[in-house]
Amino acid sequence: MTQLALVIDLNVCVGCHACVTSCKEWNTSGWAGPLTDQNPYDADPSGCFFNRVQTYEIGEFPLTETVHFPKSCLHCEDPPCVPVCPTGASYKREEDGIVLVDYDKCIGCKYCSWACPYGARELDEKQKVMKKCTLCVDRLYDETLPESERKPACVLACPTSARLYGDVHDPESDVSVKIREEGGYQLMPEWGTHPANHYLPRRKTRIHIHKDELVRSDNPLEKEKISKLPSSEPTLDDITSW
Amino acid sequence: MRPAFSVIFLTTLIGVGQGLFLALFTGQIYSLAKLLPAQDSRVFYATGSAVALTFLVLGLAASVFHLGRPERAWRSAAKWRSSWLSREVIILPITLFLVFLYGALHYFGYTEPLFVIQGSLPVDPTLIVGVLATISTFLLFLCTGMIYASLRFLQEWHSALTVFNYILLGAASGFMLATAYSALLGIHLVGFYGAWAVVLTLAAFISRMASLMRNRTIKRKSSIQSAIGVRHNRIVQESQGFMGGSFNTREFFHGKSRLMLKWVKHGFIVLTFFVPVVLVGIAYRNSSETLALWAFVVQYIGLLMERWYFFADASHPQNIYYQSIA
Ligand code: SF4
Ligand code: SF4
Repeated sequence: MTQLALVIDLNVCVGCHACVTSCKEWNTSGWAGPLTDQNPYDADPSGCFFNRVQTYEIGEFPLTETVHFPKSCLHCEDPPCVPVCPTGASYKREEDGIVLVDYDKCIGCKYCSWACPYGARELDEKQKVMKKCTLCVDRLYDETLPESERKPACVLACPTSARLYGDVHDPESDVSVKIREEGGYQLMPEWGTHPANHYLPRRKTRIHIHKDELVRSDNPLEKEKISKLPSSEPTLDDITSW
Repeated sequence: MRPAFSVIFLTTLIGVGQGLFLALFTGQIYSLAKLLPAQDSRVFYATGSAVALTFLVLGLAASVFHLGRPERAWRSAAKWRSSWLSREVIILPITLFLVFLYGALHYFGYTEPLFVIQGSLPVDPTLIVGVLATISTFLLFLCTGMIYASLRFLQEWHSALTVFNYILLGAASGFMLATAYSALLGIHLVGFYGAWAVVLTLAAFISRMASLMRNRTIKRKSSIQSAIGVRHNRIVQESQGFMGGSFNTREFFHGKSRLMLKWVKHGFIVLTFFVPVVLVGIAYRNSSETLALWAFVVQYIGLLMERWYFFADASHPQNIYYQSIA
């Protein structure tokens, strides 16, 4: 089975919102009609988005760190939003695991949005139907696009390659290797929704150097400090030149 | 959660309608068992069913305002295997139809026994339809309650108490209306329905208080740590990613002060439970014709507040992601 998903690397996300704008641009001009806004250029603007980038501060000054955190539908493997839908408008695709809403069937009852713990669904106030990230399903299989562009718009837009896309069920895929080797995790695992999207944590590379790794015993400047062994046998230092 | 008036009216109105039907049918069973004098089919049962039907239809009308696309509402019967909302959508019209049939049978006088069980229980068409409608009424209560109780993320709702509250509050308000109805008709059932209404109101009081107490000490499963997956005791949201409005910031926050919540809570406890019980007591003692109606009206206002509080009280885990604009 295939489960397409995003892996978001919090170690490299710089919080530039390029994924937010490219998502909005692609999905507001796509086959499903506009992602409508209310008062976009006026006081009190509001609108429908699939993807947001949030910012968190971890720790207390001066030991603080800023984490930029992109959030969109996680295409859960056990999506609680799907079984509650009374019309069947919300569904999970068998073939690739993408969770979608059929805008022609949705009655806008909002029940699915109550059933998503991540707040990933938004009602389009104009069309009055529920919307959410489609993983750009309208790009992934579009043969008129060059192969390299058959990816979600956000992935293509990300200047730091913080967004990776692939099949998380294929153990050898890029994304699976990253999840496995770089500590990929899921959001709110306590609810058993098994999100397909994963996040890679902030990682720090630290070198651990011990004192004796800095001071060689044959260092002439340190010679006096090194106690002589009371032996007439040649030491290793005597017979080797390192 | 933001309380939606469509849903507040839907759940309270159909609760009254269901409760009133249950009251009428309970009366019929008591008469059958010769514990109460038999009532006139047309005047009492048919008119009573019409009143119950009116409440159910008003509730249905209110629900339409909750939908973004009401013209497609017929589609919502599709997923009854998995969705409690879909089940409610199916059982509500069935209940409407059965209550209608029950009233119609009484109106046209189909009260001749079809057969007699063990020489003592005469079964007429109204009894059969009444039993079916009772089952359907309880299923409707179950569906309404489970719509909320089945959402495990809303921990305040995810409890059997939610279902009990819907049943007991609906039944109490229905019996309260039956008390008022019989008082207005001037028939001597005020004591009977009044006693039931008081018992049900007190039972609802116990169950609702139990859920309030449960919710006071609820242990949240999600935290900001699990929400973004960072292990640190101090995490502060600096920005939710946008400064304008969004569905997430509207739908899931009630936006009212703690003080208002507290007032509504105390208000509904007094208006739903205490005032009506006292009023019904006085109405019974003074054989007042209208006081019981006031008891019902006050209780209904209390129920509107109770339902408002029910929504406002529930806190959705998605709110963790929307704590700071910028
Ligand atoms: S993130 Fe929310 S909307 Fe997306 S699949 Fe999971 S539960 Fe459904
Ligand atoms: S809002 Fe639409 S997709 Fe969501 S549960 Fe209702 S009908 Fe289904």
